[in-house]
Amino acid sequence: MSGLIIVLIVVAVVVLFVISIYNSLIQLRNRVKNAWSQIDVQLKRRHDLIPNLIETVKGYMKHERETMENITKYRSQAMSAGTVGEKAQAEGLLSGALGQLRVQIENYPDLKANQNFISLQEELTSTENKISYARQSYNDQVLFYNNKIQMFPSNIIAGMFNFKEEEFFEVEDEKERAVPKVNFSS
Amino acid sequence: MMWELIQSNRRKSLILFISLGLILTLLGFFLGSAYYPDGGGFIGIFFALIIWGILSLISYFSGSKILLAVSGAKEITPDVHPQLFNVVEEMKISASLPAMPKVYIINEAAPNAFATGIKPENSAVAVTAGLLARLNRDELQGVVAHEVSHIVNRDVLFMTFAGIMLGSIVLIAEIFLRSLWFSGGSRYSSKSSKNSGQAQLVIMIIAIVFAILAPILAQLLYFAISRKREYLADASAVRYTRYPEGLASALEKISDNSIELKRANKVTAPMYIVNPLKLKDQKLSDLTSTHPPISERVRILRSISGGANFIDYQNAFNKVKRNQSSVIPASALSDHSQVGLKESVSSSEGVMLKKETKREMGDIMMRVNHYSFINCNCGLKIKIPPDFKYTELSCPKCGTKHSVQH
Repeated sequence: MSGLIIVLIVVAVVVLFVISIYNSLIQLRNRVKNAWSQIDVQLKRRHDLIPNLIETVKGYMKHERETMENITKYRSQAMSAGTVGEKAQAEGLLSGALGQLRVQIENYPDLKANQNFISLQEELTSTENKISYARQSYNDQVLFYNNKIQMFPSNIIAGMFNFKEEEFFEVEDEKERAVPKVNFSS
Repeated sequence: MMWELIQSNRRKSLILFISLGLILTLLGFFLGSAYYPDGGGFIGIFFALIIWGILSLISYFSGSKILLAVSGAKEITPDVHPQLFNVVEEMKISASLPAMPKVYIINEAAPNAFATGIKPENSAVAVTAGLLARLNRDELQGVVAHEVSHIVNRDVLFMTFAGIMLGSIVLIAEIFLRSLWFSGGSRYSSKSSKNSGQAQLVIMIIAIVFAILAPILAQLLYFAISRKREYLADASAVRYTRYPEGLASALEKISDNSIELKRANKVTAPMYIVNPLKLKDQKLSDLTSTHPPISERVRILRSISGGANFIDYQNAFNKVKRNQSSVIPASALSDHSQVGLKESVSSSEGVMLKKETKREMGDIMMRVNHYSFINCNCGLKIKIPPDFKYTELSCPKCGTKHSVQH
């Protein structure tokens, strides 16, 4: 009789343990999804801004056809990209092409003074900042989630219920400087 | 991680709160005793706590509104100043604030900014027109990041209540000292015996000394914590923007300014990004300042190298101050993850001339007040007040007709 009670208690504890890990996995996955939607909103915003930008710039920049074609091409690639990795790559190329355009614009003072262009430029800059700040928090969430999936004992439950690791949003054409860290305090 | 920062802030806040509360209670006790030697001390404590309670309730329910109203801030919509709005939204994303702060512009020429909001869900950022006219995008971002981190670190909550405590102490001490001035000595001619008269005199002297010292002591406590919070807010701003130079050069530009903020006072001063009352940069060990010296803040920001995490700021801080004191809670420093620095996005525009800054400020304020603009082909910018009734107007310079849209 008492043996049965002990078995029941052990089973109950195990079930509760599994439930709590399962719930925390769900919570982490939802956070990743939420962080991703933050990036996605901004990526879409950038895609919406580009046709407008090309339209404004076209009248002034006669010699930079190639850059503009690249931008249009990468934009449609980015829009049709499926996975996070593909998206990151396409968006990275798009950022690169936009950066090139930004350098070329320096040669067109008339364009730089155009009110319409100035406000477009501001929107684009802001959208790119938002992407980069949202990316940071997305990658943080992915790290938490992936750690949980890989670590014992939550890896067992993750395997049972088919939780898959998420991809980081890494941009290859990174302008950020990765200077080696120097620690002065030690 | 952010949560631990808040936790550590709470612990320090608690110590300060208890000290301030102690000063308030002692003040009440001594002043009460000075009036009624028999048991008056507790009546004094009671009154002190009532005054504090009432002020706290007022500030909890309408503190932000009062602060914004006192400083003359006006809420804006995105179309009034898209860049400011964008920058606030960027920092909202970077700091993971639960809701977008409201954005306010203050019609003042002095460059400055502050944040309010006891809860992060319901916060506001206010900047002066002078600040908007002088700073480029990166610098503005640095300033807004600093303000947003005051909201995230719960500095606003803390400074509001500590400020109320300080205000109560100042108020009570002031009332007491003034009442002495007017009713001076009348009690000493009472028929009490010589002995008890002497005892009362001693209590009276203690009360007077305490009434003079308490506000000073309370202010020093308040300012000390305010200064430390400024460093923490700078460090958080670096982490949010990942571009320390933006804030550094903004602080420099702000400190170059020689205009004093008109609508600021001693209690609201710690809320601003730089002390609005003192124009000259102060000495390092000035105990009475609400903010650390700007030159030092700038030097720390400029010595940051390697990354934008809290540990990078702490390293720069120790290098500049040449000591090992810590401005950032240990829990935040244990996060060794690399947060890369960013490059500048602002195009290198020339230094704005005084006249242009003034014009820019005027334009910003007109937009805040719902004026609209028409750029005439002759180069004149026509400003149309919001209550303009006609649908057409002619340019005062060249006579071209323009249609006015409402």
